Amino acid sequence: MLNGLQRLGATSLEVFARLGRGFLFLLRALAGMPALALRPGLVVQQLFSVGVLSLVIIVVSGLFVGMVLGLQGYTTLVNFGADQSLGVLVALSVVRELGPVVTALLFGGRAGSALAAEIGLMKSTDQLSGMEMMAVDPMRRVIAPRLLAGFLAMPLLAAIFSFLAIFGAYLVGVGLLGVDSGAFWGQMQDAVEFREDILNGVIKSLAFGFVASWIAVFEGYDAEPTSEGVSRATTRTVVNTSLAVLGLDFVLTALMFG
Amino acid sequence: MSAPTPTADDVLVEIRDLHFARGDKPIFAGVDLRIRRGEVTAIMGPSGTGKTTLLKLVGGQLQPDRGTVHVDGDNVHALGITGLYRLRRRMGMLFQSGALLTDLSVFDNVAFPLREHTDLPEPVLRDLVLLKLQAVGLRGARDLMPAELSGGMARRVALARAIALDPTMVMYDEPFTGQDPISMGVLVDLIRRLNDVLGLTSIIVSHDVAETARIADRIHVLSGGRIVESGTPEALYASESEWVRQFMHGLPDGPVPFHYPAKAGFAEDLLGAAGSGHA
Ligand SMILES: Nc1ncnc2c1ncn2[C@@H]1O[C@H](COP(=O)(O)OP(=O)(O)OP(=O)(O)O)[C@@H](O)[C@H]1O
Ligand SMILES: [Mg+2]
Repeated sequence: MLNGLQRLGATSLEVFARLGRGFLFLLRALAGMPALALRPGLVVQQLFSVGVLSLVIIVVSGLFVGMVLGLQGYTTLVNFGADQSLGVLVALSVVRELGPVVTALLFGGRAGSALAAEIGLMKSTDQLSGMEMMAVDPMRRVIAPRLLAGFLAMPLLAAIFSFLAIFGAYLVGVGLLGVDSGAFWGQMQDAVEFREDILNGVIKSLAFGFVASWIAVFEGYDAEPTSEGVSRATTRTVVNTSLAVLGLDFVLTALMFG
Repeated sequence: MSAPTPTADDVLVEIRDLHFARGDKPIFAGVDLRIRRGEVTAIMGPSGTGKTTLLKLVGGQLQPDRGTVHVDGDNVHALGITGLYRLRRRMGMLFQSGALLTDLSVFDNVAFPLREHTDLPEPVLRDLVLLKLQAVGLRGARDLMPAELSGGMARRVALARAIALDPTMVMYDEPFTGQDPISMGVLVDLIRRLNDVLGLTSIIVSHDVAETARIADRIHVLSGGRIVESGTPEALYASESEWVRQFMHGLPDGPVPFHYPAKAGFAEDLLGAAGSGHA
């Protein structure tokens, strides 16, 4: 009993200590951002590697999620004679929810874990210390460009995901199940609002991108400098990103549409 | 604490009453050390005594619990981040592990500090890098990636990188480990020559007593958290202290134990399987 309490206390202390380190780390990384204006090449390079890492999985998942959504949506809507509204159903679910959320989860699993592993390995092989001794601040040279690249890449990836999901639903709904093409696009155009739906979706994807990249670079930087520590950091990146994104999504949805 | 008196002109690094602990484990308990300008100074001591830790304290990567480190008149641990980085530009450091950037080629690794800190035109930069690589005998390896190098080669590339910015002071952490006899000889001479030709100050941390003694002007022996003896190599070979003689001559028996302290005797440990394996 006492032991359990003790462990609970120790665990909570550790959690709060990590949160504190995480915030300080974020401040230092943000302080390194203005200097990136002079060296956009660093960000472009990271944008490329983060984007390319995630592109294939985003494209394939987007297409399949859209196709499934088209199929499921149609079988339900047809019962109410509303099958011509398939476009609206798909577009709203994708733009408001599935696009940002699923993209962020995939991003955490693919690019986030890779970022954490890369930074963790750089730490465990003294590369970060080596930079410090060469008077190069790893916060500016390594962390800030990766953080910014993740932040910028997420909305782009979410947009690609959403386009492909809608296209997938179109293939199934219009191509296979006989929904009228004009109705599919027309009703979608009438029902989807720019501010209410698209802008909110973009805000979500920006928020998720920020959180997912922050978690990834922090976990890598905070990793214990051993192989075990690096592997723990990658796992933690995926788990924490998923939890943070899902929790944040609820809060944002409540604020936006509640 | 005593006021930071201005360091004498011929002293580049002055360490005073340095205390440092890792958790409960004290590493340094009052190290006093002066490193003179223009000399090759060696810091020797058994494995795990904190030689690497000492270099990290001098480089400002670790904070001491007590005491001061002055480099070129600046108190390393009282400098702000900008001052510290400015000071580090004048320090080269060769890490024990090499610490090469694994995503850059050998050439780009050596070019890295130059690219970060200077605006040299590419042809000049190329010449400089090739010059440094030639000095360590690896000009031909410039297109290899760090993963394609042997341990000894990686360390030589790291050396080339450490001297890329023409620092005033270079710290070498185990520069001779993993070198074959030929490159060892070349490296030993190179470190001495760089020191004399470029007017550097060199700090070598090493176990290789014979090689280090050949080029060091002064050796400090570190043990039990303190400097136990300082002097020229000749003086240390002939030291009064049994400790130091044992270390310098590499004798297995003597006051310095080879074994990490254990709670039980060896025979007891082997026979005591029934007892406490982890106690
Ligand atoms: N990150 C760390 N965390 C905790 N203890 C450490 C850490 N790094 C080193 N130590 C401890 O500090 C002591 C000194 O380590 P250090 O690496 O400075 O030794 P060293 O003299 O360089 O040894 P070697 O000659 O084997 O390189 C060791 O006993 C080690 O156990
Ligand atoms: Mg060491």
